[in-house]
Amino acid sequence: MARKLPALNPDNIAFWQGGETGSLNIHHCSGCRRYFHPPAPICPHCLSQNVAPRPVSGRGKVISYTINHQRWQATLEVPYVVAIVELKEQTGLRLVSNIVGMPADEVRIDLPVKVTFSQIEDVWLPFFEKEA
Amino acid sequence: MFDRLFEKDVAISGIGQSEVGRPSSLSAMKLTLDATLEAIADAGLTRDDIDGVACWPGDNNNGDAFSPVGPNALISTLGLKVNWFGGGYEGPGPLAGLINGAMAIATGLCKHVLVFRTITEASRRQTDKTASALSNKTVGRDNSFFWQWYTPFNVLSGVNLMAMYAQRHFHDYGTRPEQLAQIAMTCRANAALNPKAVYRAPMGLDDYMASRMISTPLRMLDCDVHCDASTAIVLSRIDAARGGPNAPIRLEAIGAALHQPWSWDQIDLTAMVTGEVARMMWSRTDLKPSDLGSAQLYDGFSILTIIWLEALGFCPVGEGGDFIEGGRNIARDGLIPINTNGGQLSGGRTHGLGYVHEACNQLWGRAGERQLKPHHASVVAAGGGPLGGSILLVRE
Ligand SMILES: [Zn+2]
Repeated sequence: MARKLPALNPDNIAFWQGGETGSLNIHHCSGCRRYFHPPAPICPHCLSQNVAPRPVSGRGKVISYTINHQRWQATLEVPYVVAIVELKEQTGLRLVSNIVGMPADEVRIDLPVKVTFSQIEDVWLPFFEKEA
Repeated sequence: MFDRLFEKDVAISGIGQSEVGRPSSLSAMKLTLDATLEAIADAGLTRDDIDGVACWPGDNNNGDAFSPVGPNALISTLGLKVNWFGGGYEGPGPLAGLINGAMAIATGLCKHVLVFRTITEASRRQTDKTASALSNKTVGRDNSFFWQWYTPFNVLSGVNLMAMYAQRHFHDYGTRPEQLAQIAMTCRANAALNPKAVYRAPMGLDDYMASRMISTPLRMLDCDVHCDASTAIVLSRIDAARGGPNAPIRLEAIGAALHQPWSWDQIDLTAMVTGEVARMMWSRTDLKPSDLGSAQLYDGFSILTIIWLEALGFCPVGEGGDFIEGGRNIARDGLIPINTNGGQLSGGRTHGLGYVHEACNQLWGRAGERQLKPHHASVVAAGGGPLGGSILLVRE
């Protein structure tokens, strides 16, 4: 099925198009030197507006996941894995993604993963795969 | 911390509920009228006494089956003359209508606020199984500030998010499927005593374990059951409630806090928002969990009930699985009977106010065959993820 894609705007475009250059871009605050997600024009920690997207390693670990078996739409391919990934740059820096390239039933909490991009139209979806 | 606890000026004076259909042949508005007119009469009031209307999540100008009737439509249809009205999704969960309505009374805007919640997901799903998909919250590309971080990854149902909380709870605390099963089994046992419940046939552990997986570790029997129904609660200023036909059920304490991002992945994955909600509620009362005779706890997905049991202090955080093991502690004759009308898992997804309706029936001694031993205090808690609220109810 056609995936739902995000509407791009000045705050989120670096995240959704970073994959074009192989880069996972996460907003970083120069005021308190912390990352935050989702991206916004202000740091939720210190309220500095001196924030900008910054490439991160793309490495992290699964902190929770689920194997979806339900065919919510007629053409949806199941099963697939939805996960919350915590990036290695900062404790608590998380995003939701899919774990790809491995059997769904081998995904575990704490599994080390790295980003891999999949382009659809003008969006590069950051999926994650098992780190070799 | 607070020098005035506004909710103590407010009481529930009447309740009403339509049929609970799967599906119902009645229109959304007819269901709403059945519930609201019953509630107004139950409070000993007339249409002309109602001077406020509150609803969560209201009608978002789209007639969605999740909430097809909002305050605007009801005010017009009933010819109400109100001083204040309000609805909307962005609040502390399915109890937000009650909390907003109570604030309207406590601030002096209103004397009697009609709070209601209508849902017609069962009939909608007859023609469109995808009606509730998260991807349908927006048209075309996802321009929602929050949902855009989920829908591109085929997070198409709330169950995917709740399943990840469950998985983490299992991982951190050793919670097991056989324990989780007790929520669904307890609700089903209770539903057998509720003529309005959607599913009343007996369910055993084998039935639960054989239930198909929806999103690991949550099975179909961990998910609530869509229905068509409307529930209404009349809130009254405490002095006015004392003149009514029912013993006032005071709003003893409210929990509505959110001290984390409004987000499904940036919050505590095993407590969600329930910790700060419960702490706020207990900070506004002298009552303790052991003072309560029943608890109506959100079971949109079974894992949420365990998390609310922990947050509200019926057992230590992380020990919810052990607490419900075997089902005795949460049974009708257990330490804290839960979801005595069958909850949303078997009773029907009335979505929030159904818990309040049942709590009042129990506190007033009107629960018929499923009446618990008499008690004067109960708690309702609803929501999951960043959506959460709780209310402590005390019958005078
Ligand atoms: Zn900062």
